[in-house]
Order: sequence, then structure tokens, then C-alpha cells
Amino acid sequence: MNDRNEITLCEWPTRRRFLQGVAAGGVLAAFGGGARRATAALAPPSALAGNELELVIGETEASFTGRASLATVVNGSLPAPLLHWREGDTVTLHVRNALDVDTSIHWHGILLPFDMDGVPGVSFHGIPPGEAFTYRFVVRQSGTYWYHAHSGFQEQQGLYGPLIIQPRDPEPFSYDREHVILLSDWTDRDPLDLYRLLKRQPGYFNYNDRTLGDFVRDSKREGFKSTLRERLEWGRMRMKPSDLADVGGHGYTYLMNGVTPAGNWTGLFAQGERVRLRFINGSAMSIFDVRIPGLEMTVVAADGQYVVPVAVEEFRLSAAETLDVLVEPRGEEAYTVFAQSMDRAGFARGTLAVRDGAQAAVPDLDPVAYLSMADMGHADHGGDAAAAAPGAVDHSAHQPVPEPAEHAQHAAQPAPAADPASGHAGHTAPATPAAPETATEHAHAAGATPPSHPASESGNPGVDMQATAPSPRLDDPGVGLRDNGRRVLTYADLKSAFPDPDGRAPERTIELHLTGHMERFVWSFDGIPFSGSEPLELRYGERVRIVLVNDTMMEHPIHLHGMWSDLENEAGEFQVRKHTVSMPPGTKRSFRVTADAPGPWAFHCHLLYHMEAGMFRVVRVGNREETAHEHDAHARS
Amino acid sequence: MNTMRMRALSRTSLRLVASVGLLALARLADAQASDGATPVGLPAHPMLEDPFNRSLLVDELETHEDGGDRELAWDTTFWAGYAFDKLVVRSEGEKRGGTTEEAELELLWSHSVARWWDVVAGARTDFEPGATESWAAFGVRGLAPYRFELEATAYLSDGGDSAARLEGEYELLITPRLILQPQLELNWYGQSVASRGVGPGLSTAEAALRLRYEFRREVAPYVGLVRERKFGATADRAHAEGEDADDTRLVAGVRLRF
Repeated sequence: MNDRNEITLCEWPTRRRFLQGVAAGGVLAAFGGGARRATAALAPPSALAGNELELVIGETEASFTGRASLATVVNGSLPAPLLHWREGDTVTLHVRNALDVDTSIHWHGILLPFDMDGVPGVSFHGIPPGEAFTYRFVVRQSGTYWYHAHSGFQEQQGLYGPLIIQPRDPEPFSYDREHVILLSDWTDRDPLDLYRLLKRQPGYFNYNDRTLGDFVRDSKREGFKSTLRERLEWGRMRMKPSDLADVGGHGYTYLMNGVTPAGNWTGLFAQGERVRLRFINGSAMSIFDVRIPGLEMTVVAADGQYVVPVAVEEFRLSAAETLDVLVEPRGEEAYTVFAQSMDRAGFARGTLAVRDGAQAAVPDLDPVAYLSMADMGHADHGGDAAAAAPGAVDHSAHQPVPEPAEHAQHAAQPAPAADPASGHAGHTAPATPAAPETATEHAHAAGATPPSHPASESGNPGVDMQATAPSPRLDDPGVGLRDNGRRVLTYADLKSAFPDPDGRAPERTIELHLTGHMERFVWSFDGIPFSGSEPLELRYGERVRIVLVNDTMMEHPIHLHGMWSDLENEAGEFQVRKHTVSMPPGTKRSFRVTADAPGPWAFHCHLLYHMEAGMFRVVRVGNREETAHEHDAHARS
Repeated sequence: MNTMRMRALSRTSLRLVASVGLLALARLADAQASDGATPVGLPAHPMLEDPFNRSLLVDELETHEDGGDRELAWDTTFWAGYAFDKLVVRSEGEKRGGTTEEAELELLWSHSVARWWDVVAGARTDFEPGATESWAAFGVRGLAPYRFELEATAYLSDGGDSAARLEGEYELLITPRLILQPQLELNWYGQSVASRGVGPGLSTAEAALRLRYEFRREVAPYVGLVRERKFGATADRAHAEGEDADDTRLVAGVRLRF
């Protein structure tokens, strides 16, 4: 092997300290002119309960790697304080800005009037320096959520915190104790510098790219010719199968509840207790694969909404998603909570223990995984229409074989029906008898439903690829998790514990493609960045299907503000209620939206730098009057 | 400084001003087009999207021993601008024992026109060898299939001369930090240019293999093997002056990227 995850001479000890952080990392409190480390950072995150709260956004020095840099904090705390609300209450939040730039707080996944949503330039004016803004709204839901800044890169600098809403009705499960586990990514760099760096050198943090040694090893295993052919396929696309994270473990120190891996956040339990863990991915740019070796986790809620309990050993949590699991630790004194980043270059780590100081072994990072052509949504080689050799399509030879575990999973799944995202709705029965394995993929591969791409993508220097055979792949654990011997949660496993609250079939379908260019680090929908886009108009009260097609090689967590994203299964039926739908490369997934919240709302990729680069739209829901007026006009014409 | 050089410099700077002006206009047009997405009554959603950026790549900064003289060679690219529109400054040259033997500077406006390609237009000034000569430059740069980085540029001088250059390079990872970079540069001239000692047709080709170690992305020392060969009339001229048409050298240098 090579020095991919090892510490090279010149980096040591920096790399190690960078990866693990310093044990006493946290915000630094200034006392008498000199900065001193605040031991409070190691205490559980501060919590605020009540219906009227005061939040002060400020800036302070923090050190997680031994170097001091600036953090954006709420009431002096990173992460921001844990807020406890109750369903049905009216909450009043006085947010004061002690920064010297505008700020904002967005309540992620919360249903509220648009002018309480906290997106500057979309739903309100932002909070200028020295001023305050009062958010006030009725809490109409319960579960695990979070809140974060929606201004500049303040979220990257620490402005994120957990939000727990206690339900009015009893929950469908019980537990003895709970812990919030908020994962995030920390950088000592100025986030604006980091953004510029990504734009001029997008591969800066990627040390996973395949080497000559990898070629020799793969040749021995797969044969020289097939290895060479595979390398040439990627070369022809001008892409790197190792591009799983823009920043990753070489740029971030990962935190669990604001604590570095070396600091080892610890949540206590007593033997025999059932513990609820509320996982929140509050990171700016990171997708985590989470497990607790020795413990099975029963997933009971996703994005705050109850799901049919499902037992897993590992789950992938995309940026902005939340997941509630129950665990019953018994026997051991300590269990490691291990959250490795998707690029396998870093991890967040903490411990569930019967007493402070007890520790369990920390697993090694998994081997680096690489994307396959199937991951990219490419049935035949290339997919880059301009570069693909005309006529020379050999499916059997070029279709990379999915890892065995994936096949097993497909076989175990009920036969997938027609692809709901392909336009002709989902309520029609599949025309072709569904084979026990990936019928949709085969249908696509056979060219049955060639995907159409928006005209704005063609000839666009900001679009570097198009998926030729995208499919929902809801039952796919995802790259790097397929054959690891663990039971890994997939989207197909998340089944709502309640029926579709709307019940209506979608009246129309809006298809949006996720687009971008790896080398130029530009991101957009349909090849059009936010600055060139028009708002997406929804009629008040309509039930609409939004189909997303990922035409990039990265996974994008897509978040619609103000309304639920009701994820559909492969048959186009309501499956689970979410606020953030993650879109691995080469996928086509659909969700239903009930447009019951008038006003302008943000709709974007929740990877902060992708959003900032333009993978962002305003969704405007008309008000009752406008909709009635439109309806009249329509009737007259 | 002779008048020729003065004239060339002034022309070059004029072109630079023109390029920057174009760039600014393009940006202004973009900024004005961005208002459509903002809901009425609110200031624009403050997103950066495409901030002003700049980059310096000193691809080659290397030295070798040649008959007792130390030679220093460089090849650098600096750009400033935005994702699809950039001002590009390229320079390459050679110094031997304190004397500049070859030096050229290009100022180009680069505009992205296709998925992998940018077109460039601007000016090049050769300060050495011989009298200063200015060229108008047009070309493309981008990423060819299989991730070959390519630059192809055609030049027309103020004296009516024509020339062209093709540069390609590739990166092969031995390990994630130990990188082998093969590189090829071909030069053509449309006619003889006495001061440069070149004749019409393919004049020189330079093939190089450089092996660098990226301690950091920013700083990577390297060793390299560079072979330069003259062709046709250019080779004949070299022979006539008692020089070799072939030159192979072992170089050591540092690659910098910021």
C-alpha cells in the first residue's frame, strides 16, 4: 500500500494532530487579555429550554488542532446550545447579532411562516451587526432537528446546534436515556479562502486518487486488460473515481458534539438501559458512515419523523440529515461511536460508557472506496456523449459489476417496479414483469428510457457530465458500504410509520438535474446557477412531484425549506417523510411536496460550498388569492 | 532600453488594459443578469457564487549545469478572474550565468467555451533572444480525454511572422504524493527568424519527465530529464554554428502552486 492514510514523515505530527485534534479542543474564552482554554467545551453542550429564548451570535477564538482560529458561536458555545421546544407551543427567539457582519439562523426542517425561516435575501433581510431579530412561530411538529446560520460561511465556522421538539402525543417507542450526537467538520482555514482554494484546485484535498501501485494490484486481481480498460474509461471522462469528498479528512478535523476524536466525547449509560441517540449531521461538507461496534442500532426516526423500526449496524448520514436510533448497550463498559467520513481520510469519534474515562477500541478507517461507472449512472462506457466512442457499445464488457453484496440485497428486495421518475407517473403498473434484480437499471441499460437532459446543460462549460442511465437505487447502501459485512441502512429501509398525510397523487412533475463541473468547481441546477435562475413557482395547495437527476459525480443532500419532501419508493408511492433527500451520483429520485406554505423558500444542496457556488433555487409558493386568480384566468381562457 | 522594446512594451500594456476592460465588462453584464432570482422587495440573496480568484503555478523552476555555467529555466502561469473568464499571464525563459538567453511573457484573456476547453486571446512578447518581438496570440487550453492538459496557441508577429506552439502534460501518480509528469512541447515557425535561429516548419521539440514529491500541494521539489531536439532548418542552423541539434539534461527544481 501507499501512504494514503498513513502519516508521512513531513506531516508528522501535524497530520495526526489534525486528524485527532487536541484533547482539550474547544472555544477559547478570553480572560484578562490572554486567551485561555475553556474547559467548559468538554462539558455536554449547553441546553436551553423554554418558549422564549435569547440567542447571541458572536465570534470567538477556538482551537481544535492546537492552532487558534475564529469560530462563530451562539451564547459563546460551539456547537450552539441545544434547544428544547414542545409541539404546539409558540416559541419566541430573540437573536442578537454581535458579529460585525450580517447573520441569520435557519431552523432546519421546521414548518413555519416563510418570514421566520431565516434565509437572507429570500425570506427576510438578515440580521445586521448590532441588531436583533425576533423569530416567533407555532411549533407544529416533533422530533430531532437542528438549526444553523444561512449567511456566508458562518455555518462552517461553528454556527450550528441541535433542536429537539418534544411531541404532544406519546412516542411509539420508549427509552431510559437519550444523547444528542451532532457531527460536524472543523477547519482552521478561513472558509472563504477554502472556497477559493476549491475553485482553483479542486483536487487539493484528494490524496485517494489511484496510483501506479493500485494499477499493478488491480491488474493482478482483475487482469491487466480489464484494469486498463477501466482506467481508460475514467480517463476518457476526464474524471477521478476517488472524488468522494471535496474537502474530506485532509482538510477537516471532525467533531462530535464539538469535541475532537482525541477529546473523546462521552455519553453515559447504565447497564440494561435503552438509550436513544439523536444523530445530526451538522457538517458543512461531510457525509459520515456511522457505527457503534458491538451494538445493533434500531432506527426509529429519520429527519425527525417516525419510521417503522429497522435494525442496522451502520448508516450513512448525509449533510443536514438526522436519524434517531435506539441502542441497548449491555455487557461492555464502553462502546465507540465511530463516524468515518466518506473519503475514509478522517473520522469523528466518541464513546458510550458506564463511567467517564472508560474507552473501547477505535476501529481503523475502512479502505478507500472508488466510484464505478454504475455509480455514475452510466450503463455504457463514457456517458460523456462527446467523448464516447460512437457505435462501440459493449454492455457486458463495460458495465462494471456491482459488488456481490449489492446483488444479494437487490435479490432480497421486492421486485422494483417502473421508475416513477421517468415521467409517466408511478400509479401505473409496470409494463414489464419485474425481474428479481435491478429491473430499472436493466431497462435503462437496454435504452428503454433514455434520460432527457435540459437543453441548458448542453454546450455548457459548467456541466462536466450527464448520467446516461440514472435510477433511484434506494436499496443501495452506497459506495464504500456495499460489501463490508455489516447490515447497512439504505433509503429503501426507511418506511414511514404513518401513511401519506396528504394522500393525493401528484398533479404534476417538475424535473431538476443536479449539475456541476469538478475541475471548475461550479455547481447548479440544470446547468444554471442561482444567479441566472428564475424562482420555481408552485401553486398554493398543489401536490407536486419533484424528480431529481444527479448529473454529477458527487452525492448531494438536497433540502427544501418550509415543506416536507415526501420521498417516493421505486413504484412512485409515498415512502418516507424527509426534509433532506440525499442524491448519490447517478441517481434519479423523486419526492412529493404539498405546497401548503405560501412565500419564497430556499431549495438547495446542503453541501455549503455547493450551495454557495449556485446549486440553489428559490421555490415560490403562491398565496391563496394568487392561486385563485390564476385558476380563474385559466378557466376563462 | 531601445525604442523597439519600448514600443513592444507599450503595445503589450495596451493590450493588457484592453483585456482587463473586457473582463470587467463581462462581469458587469453577469452581475446585472443576476437579479431575476431574487424575490421582489428584498436585497439580492448574498451568495458568492463566483468570487474573484487568482492562482499562481510555477510549473517549472529548475536548474542544471552546462559546461560550467549554471542555467536556470522557468515556466509559470498566473491567472486572475472568475470561473469562466480569466486574465492569464504565462511566462517562460532561461538564464545562463546571469544572462537572460530566452524570455517571453504572454498576457491572455481566457474564456470557457466548452465543457473542457477555454479559448485564449492576447499578446506575447519575446524579450530574448535578439530584438524584442511582439506577437498576437490565439489558442485553446483545456483538458483532453484521458486527462492530458493541453495548450495550443498560434502566434502572428507585428513583423508578419507566424508561429505555433503545442504543449501537453500528464500526471502519473506513483504514490499520492510522488508524481511523474511527462511533458511535451512542440514549436513551429512559418518562416526563418534569424534572431532566434529558427527556420520554417517544426523547429524544436522538448520532451521532459519530471518526478516531484508533493510535501504540500504548494511546494514540490523535483528532478527531471529534459531532452530538446531541433528539426529541419533549425537543426541545420545549429549545426552551422557548431551546436548540437540534440540536448539532453538532468535538471533539479521546485514546483510551486498557490
